[in-house]
Amino acid sequence: MFDVPPSHLPPLPGVGYKPQHYSAILADPAPVGWFEVHAENYMGDGGRPLAQLRALADRFPISVHGVGLSIGGEGRLDPDHLSRLKHLCDWLRPASFSEHLAWSTHDNQFFNDLLPLPYTSATLTRVCDHIDEVQDVLGRKMLLENPSSYLAFAESEMAEPEFLRAVSDRTGCGLLLDVNNVFISATNLGYNPRAYIDAFPLDRVGEMHLAGHDEDEDDSGAVLLIDSHGREMAEPVWALLDYTLARSGPKPLLIEWDNDVPDWPILAAEARRAETALERIAA
Amino acid sequence: MTEVSQSQFRAAMLDSDQPVPEGLRDKAGAPAGKRFNVYRNNVAVGLTEALEAAFPVIRKLVGDAFFKALAGVYLRNHPPASPLMMHYGAEMPGFLKGFEPVRALPYLPDVARLEIAIRQSYHAADAAPVTVEDLGALPPDAFARARFTFAPAVRLVSSRFPIHGIWVANMQPDAPKPGKGAEDVLITRPKFDPRPHLLSRPAAIFTARMMEGQSLTAAMAAAGGGLDLGETLARLFTEGAITRIS
Repeated sequence: MFDVPPSHLPPLPGVGYKPQHYSAILADPAPVGWFEVHAENYMGDGGRPLAQLRALADRFPISVHGVGLSIGGEGRLDPDHLSRLKHLCDWLRPASFSEHLAWSTHDNQFFNDLLPLPYTSATLTRVCDHIDEVQDVLGRKMLLENPSSYLAFAESEMAEPEFLRAVSDRTGCGLLLDVNNVFISATNLGYNPRAYIDAFPLDRVGEMHLAGHDEDEDDSGAVLLIDSHGREMAEPVWALLDYTLARSGPKPLLIEWDNDVPDWPILAAEARRAETALERIAA
Repeated sequence: MTEVSQSQFRAAMLDSDQPVPEGLRDKAGAPAGKRFNVYRNNVAVGLTEALEAAFPVIRKLVGDAFFKALAGVYLRNHPPASPLMMHYGAEMPGFLKGFEPVRALPYLPDVARLEIAIRQSYHAADAAPVTVEDLGALPPDAFARARFTFAPAVRLVSSRFPIHGIWVANMQPDAPKPGKGAEDVLITRPKFDPRPHLLSRPAAIFTARMMEGQSLTAAMAAAGGGLDLGETLARLFTEGAITRIS
């Protein structure tokens, strides 16, 4: 039933776009294969953000990545936000649209964070209903991203790869595999990240995310990794990426760096390292 | 009871005095404890950063540490009503008015209004301006009756405090100290960067009336004899503030 993952991004490294890099990107003769933007930053009426995005989209494939739709929310999706997303996608015609397996809004309050969900049949039904609605309104398939987890729900009935596979089966959506999130969640919740990858439906993956994390500890002194997006990706996650690519084949790889954002050459270097990983599996 | 509703999750997330919901666990199946603080912290830090980006002058006026504390109170009383962080903080002027610890700084609410207006201007729709020559081409009777349509990015903010001087002193190096008394600020956005201009009182009255859709004659009469019409019109047109004359 599933032919091609619903993303038209090239299987090359891309970078999360930051406006401060605009001039450096345009001056770079060989920047990266594509860029990703956070949808909510481009929902104003005009001005520099939209003008820059249009100029960027004239040169590169763009992935629109939503961070505010609250697909896992108990309430209904915000129809205003959904129509803003539609407006943006109709205007930009991006190569991909993705969102998160998470909730961020409750009773019309938005928390600006990706909050966790129990993996139950009730959650599965709700998430699938919401994804059906998004795909209907946008008139396109979307990608759903695996979260970074800091805790577990006692009520969960299934493992995360199983849950995501079921969402993809029921809605036809593709998946966005965040390799750093897999490593974080596996460390924090005590499972094997390679077993997670083995169980993950890699044929549904239309994009992968790569990012850095921080290290903290919990009450028992166990390591607690924090998804901070503020540094280079950790070595064990690069190894997990190699393991994943060897099984999935080439995929669009995104460098995410959202805090303490460095100058463009540092990001370009991370993208080159991702390119090396892609070349290794082609060899 | 191991099910955790999003209402329970939210309540514990916004109030550290509330216990962590029972159905949340660590990797050994024990209560999640400190792990829940990651969410408490992410929400507070994320919203505080959004407010810091929105109100750089308020932050300078009260200092970093005080602003963080103020933001912590604000975000619990006014969590965002939409996922558009570019609009977050709209209730800041009213909040500051009623926030006891800043009572000695009565100009803060108006400075916040100015910062909100500048941010709105930055994200406003683009519009092609007309030129002062278009106005000059009108026959005299049409000139008197002329009404302006303003660009969506134009804002006018009036205060009984010297908000322009305060803004400039905190945003531009080597700027003079703010003066005293009421100030009116016109915000224009010739291309992408909003520009605050200090207006004389008559120019502010004239501009406000024109923004309400009154005719040139009516706006000039309201502004009175102190209005420098040539200078006021020149600024509006060279700054691209007018998109249509009717």
